[in-house]
Amino acid sequence: MTASPARLASLGPGMLRRLAGFARTLRDAGFSVGRSETGDAARVITSPLADRSEGLRAALKALFASNRSEYERFDELFDAFWRGRGVKRAAAAVTALGAANRPRRFEVGPGGAGADGLAERAQAEAPGAPAAEGHGRERGASAQESLARKEFARLAAGSEREEALALAERLARAMRARVTRRERARRKGRRIDLRATLRRSVARGGEPIDLKFRRQKRKPLRIVALLDASGSMELYVPVFTRFLHAMSQAFSEGEAYLFHTRLAHVSSALSERSPQRALDRLSLMAQGVGGGTRIGDCLAEFNRSHAKRVLHSRSCIMIFSDGYDTGEPERLAAEMRALKRRCRRIVWLNPLTGREGFAPVARGMRAALPFLDLFAPAHDLQSLAALERYLARL
Amino acid sequence: MPASIPRETIAARLAETGYVADRELATALWMMDYLKRPLLIEGEAGVGKTEVAKALALVHGAELIRMQCYEGLDANSALYEWNYQRQLIAIKAREGSGESPESIEARIFSEDYLLERPLLAAIRRKDPPVLLIDEVDRADEEFEAFLLELLSDFQITIPEFGTVSALSIPRVVLTSNGTRELSDALRRRCLYHYLDFPDVDREAAILRARQPGIDASFALQAARMVAGLRKEELRKAPGIAETLDWAATLAGLGVSDLSAEPEIVHATLLALLKTHEDRARVTPEVTARLAGRAA
Repeated sequence: MTASPARLASLGPGMLRRLAGFARTLRDAGFSVGRSETGDAARVITSPLADRSEGLRAALKALFASNRSEYERFDELFDAFWRGRGVKRAAAAVTALGAANRPRRFEVGPGGAGADGLAERAQAEAPGAPAAEGHGRERGASAQESLARKEFARLAAGSEREEALALAERLARAMRARVTRRERARRKGRRIDLRATLRRSVARGGEPIDLKFRRQKRKPLRIVALLDASGSMELYVPVFTRFLHAMSQAFSEGEAYLFHTRLAHVSSALSERSPQRALDRLSLMAQGVGGGTRIGDCLAEFNRSHAKRVLHSRSCIMIFSDGYDTGEPERLAAEMRALKRRCRRIVWLNPLTGREGFAPVARGMRAALPFLDLFAPAHDLQSLAALERYLARL
Repeated sequence: MPASIPRETIAARLAETGYVADRELATALWMMDYLKRPLLIEGEAGVGKTEVAKALALVHGAELIRMQCYEGLDANSALYEWNYQRQLIAIKAREGSGESPESIEARIFSEDYLLERPLLAAIRRKDPPVLLIDEVDRADEEFEAFLLELLSDFQITIPEFGTVSALSIPRVVLTSNGTRELSDALRRRCLYHYLDFPDVDREAAILRARQPGIDASFALQAARMVAGLRKEELRKAPGIAETLDWAATLAGLGVSDLSAEPEIVHATLLALLKTHEDRARVTPEVTARLAGRAA
């Protein structure tokens, strides 16, 4: 895979340095360019293709681009570097990727709901207690339980809030452990593995006495979360984020999106180990504060650009939203219908549902209802815990 | 080692086989030989990804070995399998012959009892074939890792038999529809080409290449009409194969001007629109508008 030394030498050090500079430009623009690509590029430059710059551009494009977006951005970067054309535009395109209009920040710790008039401040147990495990989980017996039943919106600032967040995290971990265990226990569909059986029969004079079985492989459940980050959801976003963070650390397959007036892919933020850093990155990704929620438009965007890649027959979509939509309900309904066809289950978690006297009267919520497999409350930790049994059955 | 053909020759020969390629694709195909790397082609369903491999095989006069990927595809069905029935018969037939178990074992795990599957077949040919790994995104991630290993070493180890090294390095074309994100490692191993729907002129050229009798101005009209349809928000945009079908249908019905026969044009759209929703969306009025613009 190396170019002939003679031809490489004919390139001269100047050309090689230019090439290395181009590789660096590409790397800065987000391309993954390794040493083997650069080496091959040097070979391409010594080839007859390099006599014409169109030929060279096409060749380097095939070599350096490795997905559609890189493929489409390549020509501009190439022209800017090698021909000195449109330099400003290319530079602007690169910086625009990183900069948000005005980053929005969610607070994970103190701050948020008012602390006044909260008599039943829960006594926190020592951290590490298996809050979401065993019999204690469903019947209220401990101080944690009272915390578990407290509405997210009424959580006091400070330690109580922190405690609730930690609980949400532990809950998600425990949930996922149980869901995957059940998954394994059910996977006992067995088939005889002829290859292995026959291989063994040689030792028995050709009689297939020891049967070998092959286990059926099944794809794990994939959770795709769509989190509404509009103003009306502000109180809930930190809790749900923490919950999702722990869950995505656990489910090996999962994707997360944030939406308000636009849709943002935030899976990479959730793969951050520390929850606070995950939330920080998430805040950076959420941009464009103000304006209403456009659930329909965001779902349309999801269906158009992400669904094909992200969803398969073992996907469960979880939408965290209060259903207040400023878009057309018809649009939301149409997109929900399209979504429904693509995945196994759609779960809608609404933090308002748990309140007394709640009825799903928001127009958007009503439009979405017919397509949901589960419409559940998500106003306190207990309601999140109830999800587990549902997920285990999928 | 495959002989390198100049890039212009590749483009010309592609055109001879009826595949109308743009310059970038011809370059990518030339680079496959020059750098000995596989080519990964992505694009919507129906843009002619599979056709590229078929045309490439024709260009080089090579055999095309195709492997269709699917969920649950494992190494057994991609590489090799032992012919169990024959092995069992061989064991039974030699039962009373006093042959030693060792010699029986050596016999039934010999080449005669080996069934080639596409990947093994591709590296055991004397003349380098074109190996098409179709819809690689449908296979599992584990399989992808395995494929990566094969694509870098071009040798396969069969435990009962030994290591099989490639007699010739096949030209490998992988296609993906993007139903799953491919690993970075695989992407980096390959050259990359994104195949888009052809522009109007190229699609007209494809029509003329595939249907020699077609009128040039009608081919252009049909290509414009289809390009207009693709701009509508359809669930499933019509592919090139659909365009060919549709143009053939119209030619068979004796239509030579789209705007002259709007009813027939609308009725034949079923060759292009394959879902109920898309059919409902493209009303006779939309058809008339698009046909008027195309003419």
